[in-house]
Amino acid sequence: MTPIIAIRDLTVCFTGERNVNALNGVDISLAEGEVLGLIGESGSGKSVTLKALLRLLPPRRTRMTGSIHVAGRDVMALDEAALEDYRGGLVSMIFQEPMLALDPVYTIGDQIAEAVVRHRGVSWADGRKRALEMLEGVRIRSAKRRLEAYPHEMSGGMRQRAMIALALSCGPKVLLADEPTTALDATVQIQILLLLRELQREMGMAVIFVTHDIGVAVEISDRIAVMYAGRIVETGSLRDVVKNPSHPYTRGLLHSTIHGARRGERLDAIPGAPPRLDRLPPGCPFAPRCALADTSCVQGDIAPVFVTPQHSARCLKLGNPAHARAGAA
Amino acid sequence: MSEIDALKPAADIGGPCQPLLTVEGLSKHFALNASLFGKASVVRAVDDVSFSVAKGEVLGIVGESGCGKSTTARLIIGLMPSDAGKILFDGEPVGPVLSLSELRQRVQMVFQDSYASLNPRLTIEDTIAFGPKVHGVAPPQARARAHDLLRKVGLDPALFADRYPHELSGGQRQRINIARALALAPRLVILDEAVSALDKSVEAQVLNLLIDLKEEFGLTYLFISHDLNVVRFISDRVIVMYLGEIVESGPVEALWTDARHPYTRALLAAMPSLDPDNRTQEAPISGDPPNPIDPPPGCRFHTRCAHAEAICSARAPRLMATGGERHLAACFMVDPGSGHSKAVAPKVKETVNG
Repeated sequence: MTPIIAIRDLTVCFTGERNVNALNGVDISLAEGEVLGLIGESGSGKSVTLKALLRLLPPRRTRMTGSIHVAGRDVMALDEAALEDYRGGLVSMIFQEPMLALDPVYTIGDQIAEAVVRHRGVSWADGRKRALEMLEGVRIRSAKRRLEAYPHEMSGGMRQRAMIALALSCGPKVLLADEPTTALDATVQIQILLLLRELQREMGMAVIFVTHDIGVAVEISDRIAVMYAGRIVETGSLRDVVKNPSHPYTRGLLHSTIHGARRGERLDAIPGAPPRLDRLPPGCPFAPRCALADTSCVQGDIAPVFVTPQHSARCLKLGNPAHARAGAA
Repeated sequence: MSEIDALKPAADIGGPCQPLLTVEGLSKHFALNASLFGKASVVRAVDDVSFSVAKGEVLGIVGESGCGKSTTARLIIGLMPSDAGKILFDGEPVGPVLSLSELRQRVQMVFQDSYASLNPRLTIEDTIAFGPKVHGVAPPQARARAHDLLRKVGLDPALFADRYPHELSGGQRQRINIARALALAPRLVILDEAVSALDKSVEAQVLNLLIDLKEEFGLTYLFISHDLNVVRFISDRVIVMYLGEIVESGPVEALWTDARHPYTRALLAAMPSLDPDNRTQEAPISGDPPNPIDPPPGCRFHTRCAHAEAICSARAPRLMATGGERHLAACFMVDPGSGHSKAVAPKVKETVNG
């Protein structure tokens, strides 16, 4: 089956006083109805990947190469008019801050209706009907009354639900989620995660879910891709990546996540900080922080090494005994 | 070395058994504009909160937004006046005996936003030396102190002393904030979401640093966070707050293995799973935390609690012993005489589990 999303060798460079290499050869292939958890730290390129997929990056300051195909369409070749159909119709996005993503001067009902009328070409009355359906679909209580609510009149969790309703109102095949639960309280976060999981199954959407929280990724993903310095350094099924992390960075990330770490003991922290994207080191970008790195790591591009046919990591040391020992430790 | 008083920790007064910090009946209510709502509304940000922090202890405070954890911290350090309550530092009441300036030498705070809490026009060295200078330390000594502290937080003074905050990464800035907080040799450091804005790998580095510094300087921490993993890792004891009140407190392991308040249990159950084979199937509670403006009567959690009965909205439960050592909960279910139908059940369970 052809994938719904096929990204090949995508690079994004922001030009200006200094050139920032935000993405450096990203490949993503996503099947229909699949959920990919994209994890990494700030500056690793997670959000840029999503914005590139929607062509939201400022064209005058961005140099993009590579290819992006979504449902067979060449996204890089879309003109403005086609982009307007594409955004919100085929691919939709939800954000961390619904207060900034929703329009403060229109009611929730009108915002959803407007999107439906624009994409589906239905009447305003039908658009409003769809808005009500959507609010009920995201389990907002007394949805009918909430149609008339402005974003500031809602609680954080309800606003997030409203934004999800808006994003899904036109039945997109792909949902891009950029840390949609990060700003929420713990008891609300889990509700939104479960809701997204349920809606994804019901609607059969493919989802790319960006998060820095491995726990959140575990709750929602089928597959995981770990990003570092604008590259995907490891990808595989959720189970493979979490139970058998193969890139030293993924291991460090899992170790420094203090789920269940013992009290009073020092954490196994990764030393140093990610490289600056305007001065990327040659070879493996993680080499300066990696305990296993040697001279072979700092020259040339590191190709993915396959652990299993579905699980790969960009690490030259994969399979060598020192690597295996570090993994057992 | 001619050490100045401001660079030495304040002398211990009460001995190891006297709590370093005691908070009694602390309250802060914010009145909202009456004309807008017709009647005056009150935000009960902190409502009759009492606890103590032992010397050398790490006390964690957890809770969701609006629970009053940050307001509590600000009241303790005197960033805003309290409406009621007493604060004692090593037995000395703040106000009548201990002046605010003396208190601030003993208690320092690190905030979440590492950039907003540094003066953008001061170099790192000036930032760290500022407090000691205000407290009368001669500039050369203050500068030496700043360099010493920079080394302690893992930053080379030769590289960092003359830089400005905007030239540093978030993790480096938070190290500066920690160094600044330590410049006056405090005995208690309040860390208000101090690692929450950092990336995971940097967060781990800063937590390691906090553990090392605590050891080296004999510090006591009040560690406020919404991240239960971090709190479990660093705390000895934990307080759980909900809508301005303490609902449960106890040693960290007791809370994790035998939480007695339904809200604590919900918070723990809401943590995302790290096991792909054992994902969360059901949200422990529905809805958002209610607005702290005019909170629900009785037990403030009763509107979201699966075990709520008539008594829960009629009366407010008091914090009381649950049987475990220093483990308190404010729930009618741990009070055998409360009349709640499940009031005795947890006690039975406890004896069965031994």
